[in-house]
Amino acid sequence: MTAESVVSITKLAKVFGKGGVAALEGIDLEVLRGGFVSLIGPSGCGKSTLLRIVGDIIEPTSGEVIVNGKPARRARLDRDYGIVFQAPVLYDWRTVAKNIALPLEMLGWDRRKRADRIKEMLDLVELTGFEKLHPWQLSGGMQQRVSIARALSFSPALLLMDEPFGALDEMTRERLNGELLRIWTETHSTIIFVTHSITEAVFLSTRVAVMSPRPGRITAVVDVDLPQPRTFETRESPRFFELVTEVRERLHASGAHEVVEEVIAGPAEELA
Amino acid sequence: MANAATVVVAKGRGRDGGRRLVPVLGRLALLPVVVAVLWGLWEGYKWLWETTGWTEPFVVDDRTLPHLHTVVSTLFDPTHEDGPLLLTVLLEAAAFTAREAIVGFALGASLGFLLGAAIARSRVLQRGMMPYVVASQTVPILAIGPIVVIGLGSRGVEDWVSVSVIAAYLTFFPVTINTVRGLHSADPRALELMHSYAAGEWSTLRRLRVPSALPYLFAAFKVSATASIVGAIVGEFSSSIQEGLGGAILVYSQEYTFRPQFLWATNIVAALLGIAFFVAVAVAEKLVVRRAPEQLA
Repeated sequence: MTAESVVSITKLAKVFGKGGVAALEGIDLEVLRGGFVSLIGPSGCGKSTLLRIVGDIIEPTSGEVIVNGKPARRARLDRDYGIVFQAPVLYDWRTVAKNIALPLEMLGWDRRKRADRIKEMLDLVELTGFEKLHPWQLSGGMQQRVSIARALSFSPALLLMDEPFGALDEMTRERLNGELLRIWTETHSTIIFVTHSITEAVFLSTRVAVMSPRPGRITAVVDVDLPQPRTFETRESPRFFELVTEVRERLHASGAHEVVEEVIAGPAEELA
Repeated sequence: MANAATVVVAKGRGRDGGRRLVPVLGRLALLPVVVAVLWGLWEGYKWLWETTGWTEPFVVDDRTLPHLHTVVSTLFDPTHEDGPLLLTVLLEAAAFTAREAIVGFALGASLGFLLGAAIARSRVLQRGMMPYVVASQTVPILAIGPIVVIGLGSRGVEDWVSVSVIAAYLTFFPVTINTVRGLHSADPRALELMHSYAAGEWSTLRRLRVPSALPYLFAAFKVSATASIVGAIVGEFSSSIQEGLGGAILVYSQEYTFRPQFLWATNIVAALLGIAFFVAVAVAEKLVVRRAPEQLA
């Protein structure tokens, strides 16, 4: 893997409101091309805020975000981002195919090019045959796969995922974890992934950034050296448990005791 | 393989363009039942009050409340000796009023939407304009009718067009209010998504805000559709137009003491015209608005 940097965050801080609630402080983070970096931390540690700053949805109070060698604003205007939220945020009035094509329309792709890409994407997320259905006719997991297909349809340089599987049941979540890894490998994407599930973070990522609550800081970065491709067996390997334990201890050390138990007990229960 | 179960669910709930109209047709089939019940209530009321001699809230006799079959059969009476049938007169009047109302509705809905879109876009406009938009509806339509007809008439505008303008005055208000609400109803995360695609304001409006607003718009169109007919009829009063339902109502009001069934018949035709407008909007909504069934209350 070349050491080309896709995201470079330096001395980033975010203060909300006039009262000055510090949400993020002294954030430094580097994401390399092809990397899969998870931000993990208890609720309210600012991990979603950090993701939204990277995507230029909100502005930082100070510090710098460089994406593909340019400021975040420029990267957004160049359509370098694909975003997946916890909710699928699909447009009810569009079919599955047209939802996937939404960003393509805005990029001015012609009809045939769009149709080809829709087909490719449906194939990628294994929803071929569902293109003419409307979102409400799909299960939650299928809706989230449409959302992922939409985010990837225009091959953005960076995929930002904000607890994308947080609202799904454990079984669907594990299956989609596997699918996401396959998609990540096939598309050579770079992903920043927000989660509060330790196992999910370790299973998916090449690196896990552990965050502390209020003000949010990155207290540790754990390199995940599990072999690729990761499979069902990965979840049962001793190294997987070692890494899960390491991340858990880092979370404890960062002052997240009160929430961390809940995080371990049931990663899927919070529906924010 | 994992999708097998969900496929069944999806197919079971699947609906295509044609099947979307089934509920509407089902309701149409109910129509004879509803008419029969209304007929029964009408005649039952008349019979009960007449046999008991109750006088509250008013005396019931063939003058205050004619038999429904008298009202219906009078449609096939000539309006005067050797004259056309009442039905013919009323249908022509209804067509005349319908034209005013349709033009008024189109005018009012378009202006109402544009005004609402402008207001939704700017907080300053919202604060500055909204009180006047609301105030506009407190002015009695009968009072501004002659001003509009005479004013536009002096510029060579035909009277029926002036009546459309009066109808539009009643029509635009609900559309404006609901356009503002509807355009603001878009999911904030969907707006963030558009932001992340670097979508311009126009693109966001067309692809997200307007589709999100459609259920609100159609709710307003339903109110406006019937309001446009009221506006057209009242507009005819103030412009002394004879050809429409407003003219018929005026004439048959004067003749009420000797043939009350004529005014009743006119009222029923006016009501049917209103219902037809409402149904037209409801059908258009079924065809245009695509939402999860549970969101379509």
